[in-house]
Amino acid sequence: MEIGLPHYLSLAAILFTIGVFGIFLNRKNVIVILMSVELMLLAVNINLVAFSSFLGDLTGQIFALLILTVAAAEAAIGLAIVVVYYRNRGSIAVDDINLMKG
Amino acid sequence: MSIATAFFYIFAVVTIASAIMVITVRNPVHAVLFLILAFFNAAGLFVLLGAEFIAMILVIVYVGAVAVLFLFVVMMLDVDFAELRAGYAKYLPVGGLIGAILLAELLLVVSAWTIAPESALRIGERIPGDVTNAEAIGRVLYTRYVYFFELSGLVLLVAMIGAIVLTLRHREGVKRQNIGDQVARDRTAIEIKKVETGRGI
Repeated sequence: MEIGLPHYLSLAAILFTIGVFGIFLNRKNVIVILMSVELMLLAVNINLVAFSSFLGDLTGQIFALLILTVAAAEAAIGLAIVVVYYRNRGSIAVDDINLMKG
Repeated sequence: MSIATAFFYIFAVVTIASAIMVITVRNPVHAVLFLILAFFNAAGLFVLLGAEFIAMILVIVYVGAVAVLFLFVVMMLDVDFAELRAGYAKYLPVGGLIGAILLAELLLVVSAWTIAPESALRIGERIPGDVTNAEAIGRVLYTRYVYFFELSGLVLLVAMIGAIVLTLRHREGVKRQNIGDQVARDRTAIEIKKVETGRGI
């Protein structure tokens, strides 16, 4: 059976669901939540590149590059916030992040 | 079954299996390593799709930068990760329910969807058949999508400045070189004594 666009889209859907599931499963651990977000962005990238390849349109790959950049920036900022938070509170549990509750 | 089909299934299965391991393993270092495995296999899928440039960038950016950043932070912070897993079983049912609904919806969309015939007329940038993927991307990235390219550079610049500003800290009581003070010294700051030959001060 020839591998078509639906195969790649199903794979991306499964990967995206695993990312969402990971956020629910590791609600207390910020680092694993960030990794789940990376998985979701990877699923989006697979979608874009698959559409680009099967429609013969290069624009999807340019978009994938932009998403890659944003994902790298997001990981850098997110981890910097985690480091600062750990320095101030000595913990990275999501439940403790309530300083701005008022 | 052709070679390409076999490789698609190998890459897809390993990607999904390592993604599941990322969110379920106890040790976050192992989770990062499984994340690297997932990205490597996704890069293999991109090669199968004919997007070699994105595949190599994925390996360089994710494995070379992002995953190492994660490893750094995981190893630098002295956190009890076992404690963070408390309530794992509590969130399992609701997470599984929402995940199952989302997956069912997405798969329904994927199975019921078709490409509109006129979409072939609206292709923005057709993939040229005679040049490599990297060259084709280079031809449009610096011409038609140059603002995109500069925007992503700007995003990275802002992220870099933000990360530095967030993590920079000035500690009190540390002796630092102050070049302004050194340069501003005049001759009265030191005392010059003429020492005669053969005698002490």
